[in-house]
Amino acid sequence: MGKIEAKDVHFYYGAFHALKGITMEIPQNKVVAFIGPSGCGKSTFLRLFNRMNDLIAGARLDGSIKIDGQDIYAPGIEVDDLRKNVGMVFQRPNPFPKSIFDNIAYGLRVNGIKDKEFIRQRVEESLRGAALWDEVKDKLNASAYALSGGQQQRLCIARAMAVSPSVLLMDEPASALDPISTAKVEELICELRKEVTIVIVTHNMQQASRVSDMTAFFYMGELVEYDDTKTIFINPHEEATQNYITGRFG
Amino acid sequence: MKKFLEKAVRWLLTASGFVTSLVILLIIAFLFAEGAGLFREHTIEEGYVLALHGDNPVKEMTAAEIKAVFDEDITSWEALGGPDMPIETFRLEDADKYFPEEQLGAQYENAGRLISSLIASRPGMIAFIPESMADADAGLSFIEDNTISPKEVFAGTEWFPTATPAPLFGMWPLLAGTLWVSFFAILFALPFGISIAVYMAEIASPKVRGFLKPVIELLNGIPSVVYGFFGLIVIVPILQQVFGLPVGESGLAGSIVLAIMALPTIVSVSEDAMRNCPPSLREASLALGATQWQTIYRVVIPSSMSGIASGVVLGIGRAVGETMAVLMVTGNAAVVPTSILEPLRTIPATIAAELGEAPTGGAHYQSLFLLGIILFFITFIINLSVEYISARNKG
Repeated sequence: MGKIEAKDVHFYYGAFHALKGITMEIPQNKVVAFIGPSGCGKSTFLRLFNRMNDLIAGARLDGSIKIDGQDIYAPGIEVDDLRKNVGMVFQRPNPFPKSIFDNIAYGLRVNGIKDKEFIRQRVEESLRGAALWDEVKDKLNASAYALSGGQQQRLCIARAMAVSPSVLLMDEPASALDPISTAKVEELICELRKEVTIVIVTHNMQQASRVSDMTAFFYMGELVEYDDTKTIFINPHEEATQNYITGRFG
Repeated sequence: MKKFLEKAVRWLLTASGFVTSLVILLIIAFLFAEGAGLFREHTIEEGYVLALHGDNPVKEMTAAEIKAVFDEDITSWEALGGPDMPIETFRLEDADKYFPEEQLGAQYENAGRLISSLIASRPGMIAFIPESMADADAGLSFIEDNTISPKEVFAGTEWFPTATPAPLFGMWPLLAGTLWVSFFAILFALPFGISIAVYMAEIASPKVRGFLKPVIELLNGIPSVVYGFFGLIVIVPILQQVFGLPVGESGLAGSIVLAIMALPTIVSVSEDAMRNCPPSLREASLALGATQWQTIYRVVIPSSMSGIASGVVLGIGRAVGETMAVLMVTGNAAVVPTSILEPLRTIPATIAAELGEAPTGGAHYQSLFLLGIILFFITFIINLSVEYISARNKG
C-alpha cells in the first residue's frame, strides 16, 4: 500500500478542467518528482495533498486521495491536523517576520505545545536536520529576514520539519535560489527521505534526476507517465515524455 | 523648447516645494512667537493696580490668590502671610457704596482722591483701581505686578482667562480634558476598529467587503459638525438617562463621538495593511497546521502592525485635534475631570470658542496660541512614537 494514493482525481478551477483523471500511488519514504511544462497541473496536484487548494474560491474536486489509507477529503477530517502531518515548502522562501527561533517554533506553538524545553530542543533538531544549525546557532533571536535566500529556504524546510510531518511537499523549492544554495537544498532532500515521504515539483530536469526515486510526467492536466526515475530519463515509454526530457518542448 | 519646458517644470516643482515648507515653518514660528508672549504679560490687567494700606506687609500675590481674595474665598490676610486681619475688597464699581454720587463728581473727577484716602484709612482693604486713581500722596502700598509665570500656566488648575483683576491661565484642566477624551475615544475605537478591519480583510466574502468598504470610507466624509449634532441629539440624552446624570454633555459623550469619527480611519488603514500581508505568509502559516484564527493573530496582525499603528495614530490625531463635535457634546466646563461622566473641555474646543472674544495681542489671545503649541507638541509626539513603532516592526 502506498503512502499516498490518488484515485481518478479530477480538479476544476471554475469551468477549467485542470486535472483529468489522475491515479497514482506514492510509496513511503521515497522522493517522487513531478515534472512537466508550466500549467500542466503538477503544482495543482501537489497542493491537493495538504488541501491548500481549499483556499481557492470556485475550485472543485472529484475522485479520492488517501494518505495512510485515510481519505483526506472525507467529511470530519480536520484540515489543521492534515496539514500538520503533510508539510509544505514553497517556491519562494517565506519566513515569517519573526526571529529564527520563533519561525521554527511557530508550528509547534500553533499546535498547542507550551513546553519551552521541548520547543527549544525541537528547534535545535530541526535546524540541525536542515543543516542550518551551525550557521545560525549564535543568532537565533535575529530576524529571519537577515538570512540569505538559500538559508531562508532551508529555514522554511526546518520549519516544516519541526512539527514532524510524515509527508513533505515541495513546490519548486530551489527555483528562486542560486546554484550553491540549490545544491544544499538537494542534499537536504536526500537526507530527509529517511524520515519523510517527499513529493517535489520541479522545472529542473537534472534536479529531478538527481534527487528523486520516481518521477511523474504531467502534460495538459494528465499523468502521462510515472515510473522509476531511471526509466523515465533513460528509457521512457511515451514519446511525449521523451520529447519533454530531451528539451524538444516545454 | 522641450528642454526649456522640462527646466521650467523642474523649477516650478522646486519652488512650490520650497514655498510650502517655508509657509509651514512660518506658521510654526508664528505660533511660537504669539504663544511665548504670554509669559511677558503681567498678571494684573494693564493700567490697573492693586492698592493696599501703606502698613500692609503683603507685597506679592499669585493670580490664583488674587482671584480667591476677590471671590471672597480667602478672607484673612493671615493666609497671605500678613497680619490676622479680615480682608475688605474694593472694586471701582463699589465706589458709590462709600461715597454719594455728587461727592465723586459727574466725571468721577474726585474719585481718585477719595478712594485713595479710603484705602489709607482701612488697614484691611485691597482695592482694584485704575493706576491714575491711585493718589501718590496717600502713602499706599501696591501689590507687585509680576509677569505671568510658566508654573501658573502649566500646573495651574484653573482656567479663567477673563477674570478680573487677574485672569487665570491654568492649562491643566484643558490638557487633562483633551487627553482624557482622546484616551477614551481610542479605547472605544481601537477594539472595534481592529475587529472590523480583521473581519473585512480576512473573513467577509468579497461581496460583503465590496459593500462595507465604501460605506465605511463614506463615514470619513461626513463633516464633524454633523457628528456633533448627532451626538448632541442622540448620544447625550441616552447617556443622561443611562447614568442618571444632571447633564448628558460629558467627556464620555465626546469620547463616543470621537470614537465613531476615528473608526473609519482606523478601519480602512489597518484593513489595507492586513490585505497587503503577503499571501505567502498566510500559506506558510496554514501549511503548518495553523487555523485561520491563529494565522490572523500570529501572522497577519503582527506583520501588518506598522500599518495598523499608523491607522491608530491617524485616528488619535483626529481625536486630539477634533474641535467642533467635541465642542458640541462635552459641556465645556474647564475643570480637571475626575470622572469621564463629568463635563470637560478640550484644547481645540477652547481655542475655537474663545479666540473670537479674546482681544488681539492680549494675554488671553496669547494664551490661546500657547494652547495651540501644546496641541502641536502632543500630535508631534504621537507621530514620532508611531514612526518608532513602525520602524521597530519592520523586522
